[in-house]
Amino acid sequence: MKPLTREAIAARLAQDISDGWHVNLGIGMPEQVANFLPEGRDILLHSENGILGMGPTPPEGQEDETLVNAGKKPITMLKGASIFDHALSFGLVRGGHLQLCVLGAYQVAENGDIANWSREDNDPIASVGGAMDLAVGAQRIWVMMQHNDKSGAPRLLESCTYPLTGVGCVKRIYTDLAVIDVTPEGFLVTEIVDGMTPEELQERSGAKLRFAEGVGRLHDFTAAA
Amino acid sequence: MLDRRCESVEQALEGIKDGMRIMVSGFGEAGRPNMLIKALIDSGVKDIELVSNNAGAGYEGLAMLFRHKMVRKLYCSFPRGSMGEDVKKWVLEGGLEIEVMPQGTLAERIRAAGCGIPAFYTPTAYGTKLAEGKETRMFDGVGHVMETALKADVALVKAHKADRWGNLTYLNLARNFSPLMAMAATTTIVEADEIVELGELEPNTIVTPGICVDRLVTSRRIAENEWGNAA
Repeated sequence: MKPLTREAIAARLAQDISDGWHVNLGIGMPEQVANFLPEGRDILLHSENGILGMGPTPPEGQEDETLVNAGKKPITMLKGASIFDHALSFGLVRGGHLQLCVLGAYQVAENGDIANWSREDNDPIASVGGAMDLAVGAQRIWVMMQHNDKSGAPRLLESCTYPLTGVGCVKRIYTDLAVIDVTPEGFLVTEIVDGMTPEELQERSGAKLRFAEGVGRLHDFTAAA
Repeated sequence: MLDRRCESVEQALEGIKDGMRIMVSGFGEAGRPNMLIKALIDSGVKDIELVSNNAGAGYEGLAMLFRHKMVRKLYCSFPRGSMGEDVKKWVLEGGLEIEVMPQGTLAERIRAAGCGIPAFYTPTAYGTKLAEGKETRMFDGVGHVMETALKADVALVKAHKADRWGNLTYLNLARNFSPLMAMAATTTIVEADEIVELGELEPNTIVTPGICVDRLVTSRRIAENEWGNAA
């Protein structure tokens, strides 16, 4: 059994983004999805600080301090990009205009709750940024994360133990081991990595998993990209 | 004659007093009014309430307001950063209070203040600890949190081009909070890359109309070694 690399999780997720979608990629792991967007699809990336049509990282030496993404990293503008202020940008988010937002997460619960901004209750500098706005606003919230944390503890749970970012909002989860839909009946596994049995995946999860009929194999698309 | 240009940056900041609430535009370095921040530090003002998305980083810009212990309270969405451990220490020591809120809520609270709307309901943060103690209400079966307008005594804003009436344009992602803050303060002070003749700004490209601006100065880049030393 070979778990997917972070790049391969990003590449797998990217396959499911449709032509014409406007997409916000959360800071951290989801940013990598931008490197694997399938050829031939017009996919407009949104950044909370006020752009639709964000382009790739500029070549070294061509950075511009007025062109940065939500993670404050240098970006470029695609032809057809648009610029707007912060209130309008979050209006696009909260108003349900984005087809998709991909978030990283510490934990996801079987009812779709997500915890991704703070791991302690009394952190004086707990920093939420735009995560809570994205969680309630986008038409779909997909999560991209490792199936287990560094200590091996499961991140798929019956209920989150860390402070919540959003309630009941996650629709699908992409991990290094599986693709899982969040349904009214809880977690439904639709793809599983080669060489892993449903029993083994269940053992590494903290909530009851159901398995789709004819559950598929989780492919590594990085070779194709 | 309506002319909002000031003779000097000191003149532009006249009247700023201890304890005032001050908004500072920018998202990281993009759109941050460094010359005005530097002048604010030099003024020695104390106990300010700062409204800014971030707390700053390193030993320059916004961060120096904290390092000189000039800030009593910070309204922001993201206090963490390269200065995070210092900020944590200052909060635990009791010298600094932080009100963290979702970034879209911060933006909308500022926008509301500038537009004469005292409060609004947002679905953001409903059911989380950032909504604790706040009034909530259901609309169409979805939970919402009431948030109030966030205004200020002074806004320090960075713009790209301006004319003497205070009409403003912005460059790329340096726009971010500037147009919102320019409307939300009693006194709005702007530093612009360039101040041009009336009529040179194409009316259709003006983002902030001059009515929102009180004072105007031409921007000067602050060199790294001008920020001085601090804790």
